[in-house]
Amino acid sequence: METILEAKGISKFFHIPEEIQVLDNVSFSMKKGEFVSIMGKSGCGKSTLLYVLSTMDSDYSGELYIDRKLITGQTPNQLAHIRNANIGFVFQFHYLLPEFTVLENVVLPAKKLGLKTYEEIEFDAMEKLKLLGISDQALKLSSRISGGQKQRVAIARALINHPSIIMGDEPTGNLDSRNANVVFDIFKELSSEKNLSLLVVTHDEDFAKRTDRIIQMGDGKIIS
Amino acid sequence: MKLRLLLSISKTHLLSRKKQSITAAMGVMFGIGTYVIMMGFMNGLNGLLDGLILNRTPHVRLYNEVAPSQNQPVDLYKVYDNKVRFVHSIKPKKVQAKIHNALPLIDYLNRQRSVLGVTPQVKVQSFYLGGSTQLNGLLIGADVLKEKEFYNLADYIVQGAVEDLARTEKGILLGAGVAKKLALKVGDYVQVTTKSGEIQTLKIVGFFQSGMADVDNVQSYVNLKMAQHIFGQSRDYITDINVKLIDIADAPEIAKSLSKKFGVTATDIQTANAQFETGSTIRTLISYAVSITLLIVAGFGIYNILNMMIFEKMNDIAILKATGFSGSDVQWIFMSQALIIGLVGGLAGLSLGYGVSVLIDSTPFETAALPTIKTYPIDYNIKYYFIGVTFAMISTFLAGWFPSRKAKKIDPVDIIRGQ
Ligand SMILES: Nc1ncnc2c1ncn2[C@@H]1O[C@H](COP(=O)(O)OP(=O)(O)OP(=O)(O)O)[C@@H](O)[C@H]1O
Ligand SMILES: [Mg+2]
Repeated sequence: METILEAKGISKFFHIPEEIQVLDNVSFSMKKGEFVSIMGKSGCGKSTLLYVLSTMDSDYSGELYIDRKLITGQTPNQLAHIRNANIGFVFQFHYLLPEFTVLENVVLPAKKLGLKTYEEIEFDAMEKLKLLGISDQALKLSSRISGGQKQRVAIARALINHPSIIMGDEPTGNLDSRNANVVFDIFKELSSEKNLSLLVVTHDEDFAKRTDRIIQMGDGKIIS
Repeated sequence: MKLRLLLSISKTHLLSRKKQSITAAMGVMFGIGTYVIMMGFMNGLNGLLDGLILNRTPHVRLYNEVAPSQNQPVDLYKVYDNKVRFVHSIKPKKVQAKIHNALPLIDYLNRQRSVLGVTPQVKVQSFYLGGSTQLNGLLIGADVLKEKEFYNLADYIVQGAVEDLARTEKGILLGAGVAKKLALKVGDYVQVTTKSGEIQTLKIVGFFQSGMADVDNVQSYVNLKMAQHIFGQSRDYITDINVKLIDIADAPEIAKSLSKKFGVTATDIQTANAQFETGSTIRTLISYAVSITLLIVAGFGIYNILNMMIFEKMNDIAILKATGFSGSDVQWIFMSQALIIGLVGGLAGLSLGYGVSVLIDSTPFETAALPTIKTYPIDYNIKYYFIGVTFAMISTFLAGWFPSRKAKKIDPVDIIRGQ
């Protein structure tokens, strides 16, 4: 199986308010189609690691490979393109553009990528929304739907450009258990049926147990 | 493709907060509108005031001036060259009012490429006879059709027409002040006499009013031939030659060279009306100062609104960046909002400016100085509209630049952590 993501000796310091090391020589790799969860105590550096892996944070030492390409050291514009084309991100808070419709939120990254016509993109987006069971909400403003629905829209948006990997920072942390289960089932299905790679930070033991592999973190290091 | 996407995002931003967008655009609108109104009105007035003097003043005027001779006989006496010479009680030389060799001189001037038109005049000191009183007067014998063509004489005719005089050999265009004093109407006859005592009866074909009482109370126009006839002189008796040039800026130089070449006095318009130029320049300066101030105020309005908008849109910026929009994409999303506000506000400002200009243009404005002007003058020069839009774009560009730079630099991780 080919490697989709590889971190080699990633360390990160914060300098303000005081010099602290948040990531300490983190190394691990992920295979294509794997569903991996990251667990650990609050403040141990899970989110920080995810921001580094998602290329949003480039202030670290060590090396990061996505699709076996070295990401570390690329220009901000190249990183933006990598995020656009290869990475789908789902946040704890749903993070949609409130003044745009559900459909518009989903299509924006694809329009930015610019590989398809607007018609094709909108068709794709409707397919994703159907997959997530919210196609009936497509034309509503994204600020006018429920929290669980918003999280599914965010997942549809993460899927729109067929990324190599989807990352989530506590994507179910803000949902009730029923909605959390819906989101988990969607992830599981994407992983097993579409062979999608998923890397998800979670505090939910049950959630983590059902993934392929759990990475335990503590104090900026990988414990197991 | 990319631009279309960024524009569609900024359109959604603008439309989802209409009030703010409209407020910002209105700031620009008032700035530009005021600029257009100020420039149109100020320059309309400038044109009118210029018209008062500049348009009816020849660029170069040739005549013989009464003055003491520059060269006194003692100067010729070489023995006294290095001595101090006193000459008392110098009297002006007797000079003829007639310009020497006027007709060849006119021909010469007409052939010059820098000359637009040449109008000869005969000025005759005279008296108007009204019953037992004699009124001081000045008859100007002129080719009135040319006077109309080059010096807008028709603008000052309040009754009758220039052509009526051209058609009537023994006609006179009477100064309005003279007509009032003598209680004369168009169609009446008036008698004029010169110093030499010859009496001539002329038919009144119209009145003219220059707005300067000193002129209107004494001056009248007759045909050139008539003036020569009253004076008992032949065709080559010409006292003044007025020259209109293609480029007014050439006047001082041409005046100097004519004076040297033909031994006549030549005055140029710049020397004769120095105070005028200054007036126009200062008025233009004031209108620019006011408009630029307004635009700066409008610019700060846009700056504030965009700053506020970017502050409110932190989340949007973070999402866009997290999903793969680059810093410059985000910058252009906000930049284009500023420019759209500038363009819409600018165009609305032009319409506002034009509308108010039309209103001013139709507001009655009666002045004795300009009998043919009935409403306030407006200059509709397209130039001001161009400058207005350009100003709007530049000021909104600057106002948008700094906030949108800030948006470009926002670190999405900071925002996402902040939740
Ligand atoms: N901008 C920052 N400046 C300084 N220190 C920071 C900053 N952001 C996070 N930290 C510190 O870095 C450490 C790791 O933070 P991080 O958000 O990665 O934790 P986490 O494992 O995601 O915790 P949680 O489970 O609560 O989300 C924490 O001790 C935090 O105080
Ligand atoms: Mg966290």
